[in-house]
Amino acid sequence: MIFERLAAALRAETPVALVTRIDGAQSGAKLLVFEDEVLGDLGTPGLNVAAAGEARALLAVGETAMRTFGEDGEPVGVEVRLFIAAYAPKPAMYVFGAIDFSRAMARIGKYLGYHVTVIDARPIFATKQRIPDADDVVVAWPDEFLSQAPVDYRTALIVLTHDVKFDIPLLQVALRTDAGYIGAMGSRRTHANRIDALRSAGVSEADLGRVSAPIGLDIGARTPEETAISIAAEIVALRERRRGGRLSDGTLPVHNDRSVVSTS
Amino acid sequence: MIDVLDTVERWRREGQRVAVATVVGVEKSAPRDPGAMLAVNERGDVAGSVSGGCVESAVYEEGQDAIATGRPRLVTYGISDADAISVGLTCGGTIHVFVERLDW
Repeated sequence: MIFERLAAALRAETPVALVTRIDGAQSGAKLLVFEDEVLGDLGTPGLNVAAAGEARALLAVGETAMRTFGEDGEPVGVEVRLFIAAYAPKPAMYVFGAIDFSRAMARIGKYLGYHVTVIDARPIFATKQRIPDADDVVVAWPDEFLSQAPVDYRTALIVLTHDVKFDIPLLQVALRTDAGYIGAMGSRRTHANRIDALRSAGVSEADLGRVSAPIGLDIGARTPEETAISIAAEIVALRERRRGGRLSDGTLPVHNDRSVVSTS
Repeated sequence: MIDVLDTVERWRREGQRVAVATVVGVEKSAPRDPGAMLAVNERGDVAGSVSGGCVESAVYEEGQDAIATGRPRLVTYGISDADAISVGLTCGGTIHVFVERLDW
């Protein structure tokens, strides 16, 4: 049953992780983890919950790894070794606009495990020499590119063009996708103008709320590198439904319970 | 898994019992990453690889034993391991391979 479900998921390119206990008396026990479903049993309910959470975290970044837990899934335990094979393509990050910020964004996007594509309509700027860390650099109109590009809930769309003539058509296309993150660079005033234009174009209030703008977490970033870190941190925080801010100021557990929080 | 999927499904349709060996850990340089898989059936057919040829024959024997006994096992091949000298992991790294009968 587990094998059949795994095979079907692999064929359909549905993200799935296979967790296997690799030592001890219950060696060989399996858990098959989908985004919204779990099959199998590793031995204890706590271990199943912990393993499913870890498997979804690995799926989010497309990594396969060994992990150790306590017998009931305690994160600090070492009694149980699990092998987690995550079958997911790398998530896509599309960075629109080939500017200095894009170079830093491409670099940190790669570091986070994304397949990074930088898109700009200007051939002089959209070159691999200028953005060496990008997997792909594409000369295209941003909205035309995005309307053809594969997008899923793991996709991050980073709009750095901050030019109304590109931003508005691009954001309209972006808001028709399932992208997990849509961020747009620009001042508060720039974004207020964008909101007006999008609203006039018929975009709903709920959709307007999906746009992270001004982009990034509030860390006072100035340089392209600092800005890229602030955007990267916002991407992670939104995925984990966190507000950002200092852990030392908060009371929530440091890590979400992955059994109840999806990775989308 | 993806590279052996078609073959394993065919073997199962033919009623063959199957064992799979998966690289679950590597230390230093190793030719295949974690997740690389070799599959064997009771007839003696093999698909896939775990090391690029260095330890496949030893893993094959473990797979046949797993088919016969149903007992999963974690085996390590590497420079510091006495087995490594006989099986010869030419690449110089260490790999941990989990071998199990595919009865799930």
